[in-house]
Amino acid sequence: MEASTRLQLIGISKTFPGGVQANKDISLTVKRGEIHCLLGENGAGKSTLMSILYGEYHADSGEIWLDGQKATINTPKGAISHGIGMVHQHFMLVPTLSVAENIIMGMRPLASFLWYMKDIEKDIAEFAAKRGMKINPSALVSTLSVGEQQRVEIIKALYRGVDLLILDEPTAVLTPQETRDLFETLRNLAKQGFSIILITHKMNEVMEVADRVSVLRDGRMIDTLPISEVTPSSLARMMVGREVSFNQEKNDTPCGEPILKVEDLTLIGEKGRPLLKNISLKVCSGEIVGVAGVDGNGQSQLAFCVTGLMKPTSGRIWIEKNDLTGKSPLEFLKAGVGHIPEDRHAMGLVLEDPVAYNFLLQRYRDNYFKWFGFLNIKTIFEHARRLVKVFDVRTSSVKTPAANLSGGNQQKIIVGREIDRNPRLLVAVQPTRGLDIGATEYIHKQLIQQRERGAAILLISTELEEIMALSDRILVMFEGRIIGETDSDRANIDKIGLWMAGMQPEEAKQT
Amino acid sequence: MDILSIQILLQATLRMATPLIYAGIGETFSEKAGIINIGLEGYMLIGAFTAYATVYYTNNLLLAVVYAILVTALFGVIFAYLTITIKANQVIIGTALNLVGVGISGYLFRILFAQTRKAQPVRTFQQLPIPALKDIPLLGPSLFDQNILVYGTYLLVPLAAIILYKTSLGLVLRGTGEHPHAVESLGIRVVHIRYGAVIFASILAGIGGAYLPIAHANQFVENMTAGRGFIALAMVAFGRWNPVYVWLAGLLFGSTFALQLRLQAAQTIIPYQFLQILPYVVTFIALIISHGRSLQPRALGIPFEKEGN
Ligand SMILES: Nc1ncnc2c1ncn2[C@@H]1O[C@H](COP(=O)(O)OP(=O)(O)OP(=O)(O)O)[C@@H](O)[C@H]1O
Ligand SMILES: [Mg+2]
Repeated sequence: MEASTRLQLIGISKTFPGGVQANKDISLTVKRGEIHCLLGENGAGKSTLMSILYGEYHADSGEIWLDGQKATINTPKGAISHGIGMVHQHFMLVPTLSVAENIIMGMRPLASFLWYMKDIEKDIAEFAAKRGMKINPSALVSTLSVGEQQRVEIIKALYRGVDLLILDEPTAVLTPQETRDLFETLRNLAKQGFSIILITHKMNEVMEVADRVSVLRDGRMIDTLPISEVTPSSLARMMVGREVSFNQEKNDTPCGEPILKVEDLTLIGEKGRPLLKNISLKVCSGEIVGVAGVDGNGQSQLAFCVTGLMKPTSGRIWIEKNDLTGKSPLEFLKAGVGHIPEDRHAMGLVLEDPVAYNFLLQRYRDNYFKWFGFLNIKTIFEHARRLVKVFDVRTSSVKTPAANLSGGNQQKIIVGREIDRNPRLLVAVQPTRGLDIGATEYIHKQLIQQRERGAAILLISTELEEIMALSDRILVMFEGRIIGETDSDRANIDKIGLWMAGMQPEEAKQT
Repeated sequence: MDILSIQILLQATLRMATPLIYAGIGETFSEKAGIINIGLEGYMLIGAFTAYATVYYTNNLLLAVVYAILVTALFGVIFAYLTITIKANQVIIGTALNLVGVGISGYLFRILFAQTRKAQPVRTFQQLPIPALKDIPLLGPSLFDQNILVYGTYLLVPLAAIILYKTSLGLVLRGTGEHPHAVESLGIRVVHIRYGAVIFASILAGIGGAYLPIAHANQFVENMTAGRGFIALAMVAFGRWNPVYVWLAGLLFGSTFALQLRLQAAQTIIPYQFLQILPYVVTFIALIISHGRSLQPRALGIPFEKEGN
């Protein structure tokens, strides 16, 4: 039996007030019980299209049909009542509230009492467990890892009883294991008749999970194809319009002076929980050291410590000859430390500010940007225009607020800004999160160029492929310790995988 | 100090704290929803004048409170329209509202009542002792021999805490001041929630203002709020945006007013002008202490921009 059509979009067009036409006459069909992947470069218009479907934006023209009936969706509330749920690319969670509070927010009439949070929490935990997801409903969202927050988002949508679930780059923030779990969940849901629209930039994920795939380029629908009729490279070609290389060429650069030296770093968190335990490491000039590991094993804290954002409980940190232990982030900055933070919204960008100012962050003290002590707007805009060009940031102007850029383009601002400073040490945490394959390729090239220039790079990523492709040495973190170290040429995925799970390869052999 | 003077001091503390508590609780709701309303002083003056004029002409205390509510609510709607719909800067509009409050109440007062600037006394809410309870030693007379507006705060504070922490509305409110886009994405209209919170805050500030001429004193004096609106604003930060703590902060500040009066009456050698600054000095210290705690709602003061459309 042919599956019935759950959703049909016909001729959707949308132009933003600034003049960017994000969607041009897009049509799309989603069947009941299918996993439909939506692919496209950064800024291709995927999120916009989904926001229209979810009632957050209004299309200038076009129709939405649900189960064969024409529907008008003006608000998220309307979308939810039509059975459409959305997990946003950027989290829509209130950090100061608990998981359960975030999930039930707005589900009940405003006048209803919430006396029995404990019961609600139990119900949510059971609901999640039934769908193969584990969460602690009473935890504050601000204490959760990015991966856990993502899970809360999914449960939040499902708990509202939707049967068409949109996930905008859900795996960008997940570990390989979490991604596998998510796909398992999604496949189960699809089997039960849920329709799923999944946006991702990762070809292997598309090949693994999709039933059909649609490709957008420059706001236009290029094609929709069953997964059996595509290959990763044919998809890449459809997206970018040219061939894309998946592998990076890397010259052998001699290792130079040690730039970053960390000795016996220990960090004790709240309630005495050790977050980092006796970490010692060295990154030399012209070297990329990759830190692999499942999200939440201390990598974030390590990045915070070596950029001065967190003060270690004990241990020492040197940048070149300078002991910077306990110094302010500004001192680290001055010592030539660049930082591509993990969470671009919380740390990397001032969303409401124009793109140009975001390129300026941390550099506003430079005399270059000053004019008798005042900021020189003209130089700032020129500087920004140059970087926008060099890093291919798709924006209508450098005066556009950063918030109006697509996720991937926001990431390019940060990466561009940090690399442009020619840092001595670059701490790059998930540098290509949310970037399309073209942009990922570009950023990887940039990182390698920085290495050849003699920068020391500490690359922290949960993306094993990224680590393998770029690193000269690989460290694996587990529960706040460095559990293993290997040269990249001798590296083998199995060994690293075992380390990531907290096992030593020898132990594993014995059992 | 003997037991009687402690009792009197406590009683006065509650009385002085009452207008602060009304205004402070209202402001807590508004700020929880992300709108900082520094025009409290203006609302209070408008409420005070409206209540006074109503009692003067009708001799009806209940009607006075109702009118005070209606008139300040109207100003609340104007503030909400300017800051939420038009997205004007909240601090600037709030400041304007303070000036308008001083101006309007003073102007109307002079043309309607007193060229001499001294008003006719009016009827006030009388003490309403609660039988049995008022006989509890020490606390009885302080807590349960008060007027009805003071009793109102006994209901208001727990009610405010329950609404904020135990209802669906409270949950949404707390979300709105932190991450309005998250709230909006769940199908709740942030704009509606904010309008509601702002109007609620203005109503409570109106009651707090009305209290002064028709429960505390028996006449209107120009600028009679004397900075209480600003103290209420400080209470919210000092009380960490929690109604119960805000209430405690109100009692603290109320006690400084009471103490100051008491010391004046005791005829100490300190000049009374110095005693009069006491509440403001304590406010100042409280703000210094509470400074730097990052408990303030994250979206406080930031207009809500719906993306796209
Ligand atoms: N609120 C907005 N105002 C103006 N322009 C916008 C707004 N939101 C998005 N755009 C523009 O519309 C285009 C499409 O953006 P969209 O977010 O849909 O891309 P995307 O395909 O989701 O990209 P990514 O993979 O980077 O998330 C981009 O050029 C972006 O700059
Ligand atoms: Mg997007």
